[in-house]
Amino acid sequence: MKPRATVASDAGRTDGPDPAGDAGADVDVRRSGARAAGPPVPRPKEKKAEEPPARGGITRRLRLRRDRTLILMTLPAMALLLVFNYVPLLGNVVAFQDYDVYDLGITGSPFVGFDNFTRIFQDYRFWEVLLNTLVIFLTQLILFFPIPIAIALLLNTIMSARVRAWVQAIVYLPHFFSWVLVVTVFQQMFGGAGLVAQWLREHGHEGFDLMTNPGFFKFLVTSQAIWKDAGWGVIVFLAALAAVNTDLYEAAAVDGAGRWRRMWHVTLPALRPVIALLLVLRVGSALNLDFEQILLQRDQVGAGASEILDTYIWWTGIKTGGFGYAAAAGIFKGLFSVAMVLGANKVAHMMGEQGVYSKK
Amino acid sequence: MTTILDSSRDDTPPAPPAAARVETRLQRVLRAEPRPVWEEEPTKAGAAFKGFGLFAICAVILVPIWVVVVTSLSDTKAINDAGGLVVWPKSVTFVAYKELLSGGAVTRAALVSIGLTVVGTVFSMVVSVLCAYGLSRKDSFGHRPLLMTMMATMFFGAGLIPTYLLVTGIGLSDSYWSMILPSAISVFNILVLRGFFMDTAPELIDAARIDGAGEWRILLQIVMPLSRAVIAVISLFYAVGYWSQWFNAMLYIQDSDKYPLQMILRQLVLQHQVPPGAMGAAVSSGQINSLAVQMAVMVLALIPVAVLSPFVQKHFQKGMLTGAVKG
Repeated sequence: MKPRATVASDAGRTDGPDPAGDAGADVDVRRSGARAAGPPVPRPKEKKAEEPPARGGITRRLRLRRDRTLILMTLPAMALLLVFNYVPLLGNVVAFQDYDVYDLGITGSPFVGFDNFTRIFQDYRFWEVLLNTLVIFLTQLILFFPIPIAIALLLNTIMSARVRAWVQAIVYLPHFFSWVLVVTVFQQMFGGAGLVAQWLREHGHEGFDLMTNPGFFKFLVTSQAIWKDAGWGVIVFLAALAAVNTDLYEAAAVDGAGRWRRMWHVTLPALRPVIALLLVLRVGSALNLDFEQILLQRDQVGAGASEILDTYIWWTGIKTGGFGYAAAAGIFKGLFSVAMVLGANKVAHMMGEQGVYSKK
Repeated sequence: MTTILDSSRDDTPPAPPAAARVETRLQRVLRAEPRPVWEEEPTKAGAAFKGFGLFAICAVILVPIWVVVVTSLSDTKAINDAGGLVVWPKSVTFVAYKELLSGGAVTRAALVSIGLTVVGTVFSMVVSVLCAYGLSRKDSFGHRPLLMTMMATMFFGAGLIPTYLLVTGIGLSDSYWSMILPSAISVFNILVLRGFFMDTAPELIDAARIDGAGEWRILLQIVMPLSRAVIAVISLFYAVGYWSQWFNAMLYIQDSDKYPLQMILRQLVLQHQVPPGAMGAAVSSGQINSLAVQMAVMVLALIPVAVLSPFVQKHFQKGMLTGAVKG
């Protein structure tokens, strides 16, 4: 193990070509002993005698030898990614096939070019679903997005660390619930036999069932998302708020700015980059609504109001066997998402924000 | 100059002698950090508004959980009296839990979920920690291509259909592994771990290496003990993921003996299916209340996360942000 350690420390020192050329040349010559009679070389120093050859930085082979344990350690993860992320990427060829899951498989199914894509674009149902996805996304964006910011601002004004910690512990909790649990909790609160309906009936009103109301569905999924994740969203904003230089507040206060003006002129500008970043990310994942959440309620509400792109792909592909068609829809979704990220990032740049990646 | 400083000092009110105050319990809980001098005291209305806001936020989250827990502990009479869900506990009985855990589908599903969570979390953590450590040195061989290979998967997904075809194609359907392998590692979690490992003092690692420790030993005896907090947090994330697993089970598992708890929960509450076996008989004979059973299953699904998450909560903020920034 010792030689390995010295190689490692060498790597830092002799990364580029060795200008003095002393150590490198020494070792080089010693290795090809026959040439020792050639041009005069400085005598190898005793200390260097034990070192393995290192010429002008260390060779790739040596680095590979030195780091083989590290590389070995990454292999299990790389294998998993390869099998479950990269290989399925190739599986997308079924989008260009008339895929037959039983007899022919991926290798045997005939290629049909862009037929699946033309079928998608001519299918009015597909456009309905896409529109529905975007409507649900926009509802969530508008109603959900400001809430974590508001909670963070509120928490930030609480001076007691204990109270802050308690409130945080409570609002983070639902983030760790599964969607099944969240949906069942909502079912027990707002379903036909839920707490609210029960209370209404007791007080002589008509009961109601929000869980099966198609018109209400987009607000239902939004409120579920808020209940589950709004508290979790606070973390990022709290961190950004903690990073604000308090001198700015003090200076603003000395200049006569009240509480609200300090919030407007100090706090919110400090949050701007974070808000822009999160908005870009949100818009980029516009088509990635919470699949599980919506699939869980698809049966109750009906496909009309609840179908989003993901559930549509699931339904047409896995449930009804149109794998080629569904895979084509999946590819469309992927490309659309990339376009959304790039577009949103462009807008962020135009507004002078950094976005996900910077311009340079 | 001195006069200005002095006068500004005079403006600040003298701090009240702390020892003179005798705190009540409530005051101790509410005790605040000292308010900066330049900040105004909140108005009465403002303070009331803030208090109400915080209270409302907490109530929205806690009340439904409370109702679920209370109903699961109520007997049939209490549930009938309340006309459904019970808000105020009148009696406490564990009959629903006893029935659930006395064998049968729910017990099985709970065991499957526990097994999946334990095995899956250990598997995910081993793979993730190794990978994060393997990528924690920027000058190591192949560091950049390996990192890029990994991070690229954050920006594209293969899509549901090809993944489904692959998992069923390699014969994983109806196997417990189909609920572990496809989503075993999260690149984000690996990046968080990697950020922490990179932060480990290089002097310590160098010292260990000079003393003859190899990579495995450095990882196990130096880096991991120093990163205990982040390892706890990431383990919790993985564990919650496995515990909450529903979608993979729905896609790949047909054999109802292999259903995890979330599948059963969905069947009972959302699809209104009668619980199978002896429990179903007990429910239909009115011996136990089906609502209490539903609630008890919900509580079973809720307990592990509710118990575990506060333990590692204090590390969340730090862990999440450090890793994200370093990535």
